[in-house]
Amino acid sequence: MEFPQGLKYSKEHEWVLVDGNTATIGITEYAQEELGDIVYVELPDVGEKIVKDDPFGAVESVKAVSDVYAPVSGTVLEINDVLPDNPETINDDPYGDGWMIRVELSDKDDLKDLMDEEEYAEYVAQQKEEDDDEEDESDDEDEEEDEDK
Amino acid sequence: MEQSLKRTPLYAEHRRAGAKMVEFAGWEMPVQYKGVIEEHLAVRARAGLFDVSHMGEIEVRGAGALDFCQRLTANDVARLKLFQAQYNLLLNEKGGVVDDVIIYRVKTDAYFICVNASNTDKDFAWLSKNASVDVEVDNQSALYAQLALQGPAAERILQPLTVAQLGEIKSFHFAFADVAAVRCLVARTGYTGEEGFELYCHAGDAERLWYALLKAGAPAGLLPIGLGARDTLRLEKAFPLYGHELDETITPLEAGLAWVTKLSKPSFFGREILLKQKADGTKRKLVGLELLEPGIARADYQLSKNGRNIGRVTSGTKSPTLGKAIALGYLSSEEAHIDNIIDVEIRGRKVPAKIVTLPFYRRGGAD
Repeated sequence: MEFPQGLKYSKEHEWVLVDGNTATIGITEYAQEELGDIVYVELPDVGEKIVKDDPFGAVESVKAVSDVYAPVSGTVLEINDVLPDNPETINDDPYGDGWMIRVELSDKDDLKDLMDEEEYAEYVAQQKEEDDDEEDESDDEDEEEDEDK
Repeated sequence: MEQSLKRTPLYAEHRRAGAKMVEFAGWEMPVQYKGVIEEHLAVRARAGLFDVSHMGEIEVRGAGALDFCQRLTANDVARLKLFQAQYNLLLNEKGGVVDDVIIYRVKTDAYFICVNASNTDKDFAWLSKNASVDVEVDNQSALYAQLALQGPAAERILQPLTVAQLGEIKSFHFAFADVAAVRCLVARTGYTGEEGFELYCHAGDAERLWYALLKAGAPAGLLPIGLGARDTLRLEKAFPLYGHELDETITPLEAGLAWVTKLSKPSFFGREILLKQKADGTKRKLVGLELLEPGIARADYQLSKNGRNIGRVTSGTKSPTLGKAIALGYLSSEEAHIDNIIDVEIRGRKVPAKIVTLPFYRRGGAD
């Protein structure tokens, strides 16, 4: 799994690319993989204000809809026009052509709360481990149940 | 929480195949292997293999079995010949749907009922409670696994594995036969809108059958299919899913299942209420919706017209075959006519949708 260098990452699995006072935002490879085939993307309008930790849009797979949370606060400068007609671009290239919005940062201090690629890689590994742990525990349980029968 | 989830005999196979596992109806099931869309299209174009061992099986047998089934269900079980199957509904006293099921007449006075995983315990309790002395109700769910082989290539894949003449098994009929040396009930039934079979076997044989089918089907492009595509496939065909289009407060007449409801049967649970409902008309009806602007309708989104709430969505997705956002939902009957345009309330936005004829998808591409 890829964790490109130079990006900042949120616990909700968004990435942020900072260039001066603007930030490009998308969802991570891990996020798109968890969602599966993305078939619809809801984006804010240009000029709209987004607030850190609030949803600014949504991505929908065939199965379900998921909010996308703003990793930083700011004003939307640009949205990725490719996504409405080609939402699967996020699956194909989450860190590149699948970017979602570009914002003007309202407070650069927001970036301090985000992770770098190493921290995020560790965070994802932890999440996967937690999933596996749950599965291991249930393995044990099942075996006990089987013995009871 | 997760510790108590049940697993099918194929759990380890699914994990090995890299399936993403999710909770469904108390079971830990594969939701997808490669991706919902790819799997969905494989079933429409070629064939797919589903592990649906979470489904329950309850056998009803004895001298009173037919009368018992007639009393508790909507369809006419007396029409079933030996080795014939029937889509049917268990009804409560109010005419509400306890479950939607397939009944197989496996012996002269024995009926094998395939029930929804989420309802197995409830159905067994309901059937047992209402059983007369000349009927035995047997929950056999733990004994059997069920695999569904669905798609235009299904028969071509299955035939070399069995001496049974599949061409002689008509729709909603079945045979007991060995498939790859595994004893099976082989039924020409399904939940995808494609040709195909559902195979019941002993739980201990499931792995062998699964592998034999995957191997035999590989040259034809057979893929294992998760519950994600099972849901989108059934939705395109407008097959109801219990807990969405059906529940104990919904009657078959509201759900568009009048064809299953044989009011001419002398007596069955809910008959008087259903007769009255038929005479008066239902207040709401299940309809198919096609969204006219971008967005996806999801279960429980409200339906409105001129700002007035007129119903709710029960299932919705973006149809992989048609490339459109489709949904099923209940609508007040006066608005439930084809081509009527209403609004779906999607996350604070009104998205216009048109009422269309069901199913959304029909085999052969007519729709």
